[in-house]
Amino acid sequence: MPTPVIELQQVTRRYDDGPPALRDASLTVLPGEAVAILGPSGSGKSTLLNLVAGLDRPDTGTVTVDGVRVDDMGEAASARLRRAKIGMVFQFFNLLDDLTVTDNVLLPAQLAGTPRAEAHRHAAELLQALGIDRHAHTYPGRLSGGERQRVAIARALMNRPPLLLADEPTGALDTASGQDVSRLLADLNADGQTLVVVTHDVGLAESCTHRTVRLTDGRITADTASRDTASRDIASHGTASADIVSEQAR
Amino acid sequence: MSALGRVVRSGVGRRRVSTLVILLATMMAVAASVLGGSLLVASSAPFDDAFADQHGAHLSVEFDADRTTAARLEASADTAGVAAASGPFRTVSAASEFGPLLAVVGRAEPEGAVDDVTLTSGRWATGPGEIVMSADLGMRPVGEQLEFPDLPGAPALTIVGTARSVTGTADAWVAPSQVAALTPPGTAGGYQMLYRFTEADTAAQITEGRAAVTAGVPEGAVTGARSWLTAKKEAERDTALYVPFLVAFGLLGLAMSALIVGNVVSGTVSSGLRRIGVLKAVGFTPAQVVRAHVAQALVPSAVGAAFGLVVGHLLAVPLLSDTETAYRTSALAVEPWVDVAVVAGVLGVVAATAWASAWRGGRLRTVDAIAVGRTGPTGRGRRAVRLAGRLPLPRPVALGLARPFARPARTLGVGAAVVFGAAAVTFTLGLGSSVDEVIAAKEHSTADVVVEFTPPEHSAAGPAPAPAEGPPEEPQTGLPELPDPARVTAVLDAQPGTRAHYGIAATEASVSGVSGAVTVRAFRGDASFGDYQMISGRWIEGPGEAVVPPPFLAATGTQVGDTVTVNGRGGAARVRIVGEVFDTRDDGMALFVDARTLTTTEPDLRPDRHEVAVTAGTDVARYVDALNTELEPLGLTARPGGSEPGAGSDSSAALKALAALLTLTLVAVAALGVLNGVLLDTRERVRELGVHRALGMTPRQVVAMVVTSVVLTGLAGGALGVPLGVALHHEVIPAMGDSAGYHLPDSVITVYGAGELALLALGGVLIAVLGALLPAGWAARTRTATALRTE
Ligand SMILES: Nc1ncnc2c1ncn2[C@@H]1O[C@H](COP(=O)(O)OP(=O)(O)O)[C@@H](O)[C@H]1O
Ligand SMILES: [Mg+2]
Repeated sequence: MPTPVIELQQVTRRYDDGPPALRDASLTVLPGEAVAILGPSGSGKSTLLNLVAGLDRPDTGTVTVDGVRVDDMGEAASARLRRAKIGMVFQFFNLLDDLTVTDNVLLPAQLAGTPRAEAHRHAAELLQALGIDRHAHTYPGRLSGGERQRVAIARALMNRPPLLLADEPTGALDTASGQDVSRLLADLNADGQTLVVVTHDVGLAESCTHRTVRLTDGRITADTASRDTASRDIASHGTASADIVSEQAR
Repeated sequence: MSALGRVVRSGVGRRRVSTLVILLATMMAVAASVLGGSLLVASSAPFDDAFADQHGAHLSVEFDADRTTAARLEASADTAGVAAASGPFRTVSAASEFGPLLAVVGRAEPEGAVDDVTLTSGRWATGPGEIVMSADLGMRPVGEQLEFPDLPGAPALTIVGTARSVTGTADAWVAPSQVAALTPPGTAGGYQMLYRFTEADTAAQITEGRAAVTAGVPEGAVTGARSWLTAKKEAERDTALYVPFLVAFGLLGLAMSALIVGNVVSGTVSSGLRRIGVLKAVGFTPAQVVRAHVAQALVPSAVGAAFGLVVGHLLAVPLLSDTETAYRTSALAVEPWVDVAVVAGVLGVVAATAWASAWRGGRLRTVDAIAVGRTGPTGRGRRAVRLAGRLPLPRPVALGLARPFARPARTLGVGAAVVFGAAAVTFTLGLGSSVDEVIAAKEHSTADVVVEFTPPEHSAAGPAPAPAEGPPEEPQTGLPELPDPARVTAVLDAQPGTRAHYGIAATEASVSGVSGAVTVRAFRGDASFGDYQMISGRWIEGPGEAVVPPPFLAATGTQVGDTVTVNGRGGAARVRIVGEVFDTRDDGMALFVDARTLTTTEPDLRPDRHEVAVTAGTDVARYVDALNTELEPLGLTARPGGSEPGAGSDSSAALKALAALLTLTLVAVAALGVLNGVLLDTRERVRELGVHRALGMTPRQVVAMVVTSVVLTGLAGGALGVPLGVALHHEVIPAMGDSAGYHLPDSVITVYGAGELALLALGGVLIAVLGALLPAGWAARTRTATALRTE
């Protein structure tokens, strides 16, 4: 078996004195998998994702990403880990309002010390592939929700992370934009990108993942492979998406 | 550009309002600190600094021109132990139209190896008809004429400048060729020599030096000499009380600067918590976050500091010239090291605060940081909104009133700015009033009319370089011309409009147990209206009683209630000390007694000054005119009361100007603190405000909501700050007095009225509202759509 990209062992996280937001969760994600974390609002999905990203620490249990323990990591170390291994997409984009689209996308590469020319080339490719290249020098405040989420995805992919995490990536989007984003994620996975998508939307889970983990009140209640993934229509999304996908695979 | 550089640049450039507030705060802080620091430096040793600066004369000696020659005096500069000398200068004592003799010195130029006189206005006297006055005389402004009516032809000289000599070597200067024109016929005038010695730290060394330089001149040629130690003592006695006040002003400026900059920077960084969270989610390490925010705060601060230096130097010009007047020194300037220290200090505070707040933000769990601003109000905030909603108030006002409870930490920051502002203003105003009271209590100048003895003819011998402001009553030398007090009393009693009057006579006597002479001031009549402020005990009520200033008690080891023996020419008298009086003359070595106490010890003592209170409704000018006709045969002159010409009034005006300037600065600084807090709050709530606007809140209602959000804080801050300021004042003023060697009377300490305090407390609301208006207007103008789109 290859090294799991994510490995959670009996992870519990409790906020203040409420009931645990996540209890005794164990989960393994292998390279190339696309996993949907599905559950109603408040069931602990974001909590789980934040623990994986090293944005938060569990009370008990261990979290391993790409063979590295993140649950007892310092802030600086987990920042460097995110830089190298994890791309994140949020429901509310979390773009920096005071940076242009290009500068937002460049940020992870600049942090990682990628040579300037290469970083710019890659950013331009990503923007073009995601269809937002004409907004390259705009500030995020001017963009629509769907466009903003594309910028966020471009930023998450900038360092070609082995793991892409998305928390309700379509939650703030209209149906059409939501479907766009969902298709994009499916394409990425088709080219080998390991993907964990948190959502309460069964449709999104089905369209871009082939494994579903169900959370209910902080417990993992089901972990099932979804129906035939081959039915996904790869042909329908144009060459641009295929380009980034091949980019990712390199 | 690196990720860090990019983030810093966008943080500075795109967050214009924050950047501007930091810039303004640093600018004000640097300006206020330059002023405060300069005051502190100027106050550390005003006399010594000026003395060093002007190469002050360790000894100035006056010679009779009839008994020595210029050549001989010039040769005295080569005496062993003389480090440098200036002179000889021709001198003359000339009676101007104002009465007192002016010690006039003929000098071709203000500069010199010794006594490098500083021009404080105008230019030096270079030709006939020109005169430069000592800046401390404050007689007439530059450009006007000064007449010498007693001299042949009654010459009038044009005042072309004012200047200051640190040891007061002259009352006025003219070109050397002009001395002759001011010398009365038949007199020779004098010479002045100014010396610096290699050793001049003690009185003994000065005496030795004096003996050496005058060894070559004939007996009797020396008409006067003055040591720099005497000048220093006089200067320090005059400034002793002001030094602590100015030091307090300076410290206040520094403290407020640190506070405001810290407040603004920490507020701005904390408001960027979500940004910190996003940066961390993207992969910034806490250290990088901290570095980015420190740089982001330092860039505008550096620009602000540069502006602040300019503003500080501009403001320092009037401030230091006021300080010069208070200290009677000259050429005060902002020291370069003060600039360096201030900029380093302020930027240090900026960096430290930015570091600390960003570090806190960097430590915060990234999830929590990202969630900032998206989380709703706390339970407390919600409860406050519910409670305020029950009040019979318009909805925007109710929402505004409840706002402080939603963000307690920010409210605390805004409140602190108001508390400090209110406290500082209260304290500064109190200081100003106390200075006034000190000056009033020093002068004892409540008489409506003052009657003084006018000496007949001035003798025109060599000038004695007397201190510029002649004390009202010099110890008298038993001049026979003084009129019989009974006759004066009769005249005053007969004059319609006289309510009360008393006479003062001063003499010197020895007091058992005290080495050296003690000034005895004898009062004839009812001196109860004489504004002698008691520190303890009571004023004299009859013969055999005395009141004394605190230094007398300290020097004699006595207390109120003890008895001391006064030895005069005619015998001894025992007096019981019944109180401590505030009086700063004679270094506090004085006794105030009823004249009847001295009938045997000083039988010839006659008052040379009478103070008169008139009945209500009396026209003082007419009263004085009428009185003068009656008094003329007695050799007395009446004039309206009030402060002595030139006695401390300049200093008091200077201190008041200082207090006003500092008060304004402090109010501005406090308002900026509020502005920053409200600004951060409205920015954070921009979405909420957008929602309100979308629901139909008018811009005016938005302004009302934002402004009312600081009213409670302002009220509380004022209510807290004013008592704090008063407490500080009551703590600091007596301590200042003590450090200057004076117990201060109650009148100096209890300077606040109830109405004044209430107004000051309301001033807290004013500061808060002033600070809130700008961001309120900004919030009201933001377009609803823009506000709603903001992430
Ligand atoms: N920072 C927090 N402090 C306290 N409780 C929290 C915090 N974040 C989440 N919770 C609670 O934990 C539970 C799970 O939350 P979350 O993981 O965000 O759910 P989901 O993403 O599935 O909607 C919820 O009950 C939520 O109220
Ligand atoms: Mg969630």
